[in-house]
Amino acid sequence: MPRFYTPDHEWIEIDGSHARVGITTFAQGQLGDITFVELPAVGATLTKGDSAAVIDSVKAASDVYAPAAGTVTAVNDGLADAPDLVNSAPESDGWLWDMTLADAADTAGLLDQAAYDALVAGL
Amino acid sequence: MVPFAGHAMPLQYDGIIAEHRWTREAAGLFDVSHMGQLLIGGDMALAAAAIEALMPIDLATLPLGGQRYSLLLADNGGILDDLIVTRWPGMFFVVVNGATCAADLAHIAARLPAGVTLTHRTDHGLLALQGPRAVEALAALGLEPAAPGIVPVEALWFMAAGPYRWRGHDLHVSRSGYTGEDGFEIAVPLAAIAALADALCVHPAVRPVGLGARDSLRLEAGLPLYGHDLTPDIDPVAADLRFAIARRRRAEGGFPGHGPIIAALADGPARRRVGLLLDGRLAAREGAVVFAGDRAVGQVTSGGFAPSLDRPIAMAMVAADAPDTLTIDVRGRRIAATRTALPFIPHRYHRKGAQ
Repeated sequence: MPRFYTPDHEWIEIDGSHARVGITTFAQGQLGDITFVELPAVGATLTKGDSAAVIDSVKAASDVYAPAAGTVTAVNDGLADAPDLVNSAPESDGWLWDMTLADAADTAGLLDQAAYDALVAGL
Repeated sequence: MVPFAGHAMPLQYDGIIAEHRWTREAAGLFDVSHMGQLLIGGDMALAAAAIEALMPIDLATLPLGGQRYSLLLADNGGILDDLIVTRWPGMFFVVVNGATCAADLAHIAARLPAGVTLTHRTDHGLLALQGPRAVEALAALGLEPAAPGIVPVEALWFMAAGPYRWRGHDLHVSRSGYTGEDGFEIAVPLAAIAALADALCVHPAVRPVGLGARDSLRLEAGLPLYGHDLTPDIDPVAADLRFAIARRRRAEGGFPGHGPIIAALADGPARRRVGLLLDGRLAAREGAVVFAGDRAVGQVTSGGFAPSLDRPIAMAMVAADAPDTLTIDVRGRRIAATRTALPFIPHRYHRKGAQ
């Protein structure tokens, strides 16, 4: 399944018309200890670039933007009790939400692994 | 590393929560060399009078080696800085905030009479060693008391200080800090500060701690941070720092803002600094508006996640008649909050008379 990244440090793994979204390892490192994750409601309609979730850390509250348009089908309920999963496993168990994609072909503005790695390397 | 008060300072080492907990359980070492170290000397009677003309402190009852928290005040009673004054032989040692140091120097220098000197000591740094095992770790260095009558560091009481020698360097150690824990602050020549920090970190109880945990520790301890919880628009009564207005000075006056401050003491302040416990997990931060029902009654002055309480807390400046049950606007959402007595967690200072 292809995984893409945004310049805002979200990842999106696309499987046909479905996708899973989270934040990158780099992003969690910048945020520091994560204390709370406010997830979107299941069924919420997201527009690409919308603030869809908020991650609160010991440093600050940060928005997570929707990397694609679509509808939220599930959220990671485990984060309610263990928000630090986003620190320890941001690109696996610390995922944020699943969604159906309004347009699975719309990858405009998304970066592949090499492009994202280059972006982070330049920060 | 982050820019802070003109210095590049570490925000965190192992992570803010881990460093915070380590300090509460063992000992955290903080480099607080950004703070200003001032020496006010010359004729000691004149120097004491000059300092008392700037702040509501009683220096007549401050013994040699004793230290006291005080406030640099403007004529309207607003707080220009909070600081610690220590009586040394032949001078007063004053530690001020880093961000306000330059303004403090100008303010004080413009108000000193002839015969009183003011020196900004820039060739010394300041380390803070804080936590229940700080005393064990500092005692292990074997500092030698450097004057007659000076007790070993482990025998110092809270807010007492003295001169010591370590590997040929002159240190000034006080039993104080800004975390709510027992601990020490050590003024040390810059030539020796790295070696001293390394020597302290050799002790298994000691780990370095950055600015992030320093902020969460002092917030839990209910200690105000200048520029956030204290500003020139806030007087000591509103700041809930009545203890810093010495009894003799209340009666005698002679410090800036005496009139308005005495009036606020008598009438009660229009607003005051309070502690808030927030429901849920979302933290409210500086600037968030506090509501009683639909009425805006104040603003959060500092807030964040409290690792020791495992919940968000805040300090806020609110109307004195605000009820105990409030809400805070956090990113467009109303978070329930309850007023609570400060500190959020008990201080564990090594007070005089303790075992």
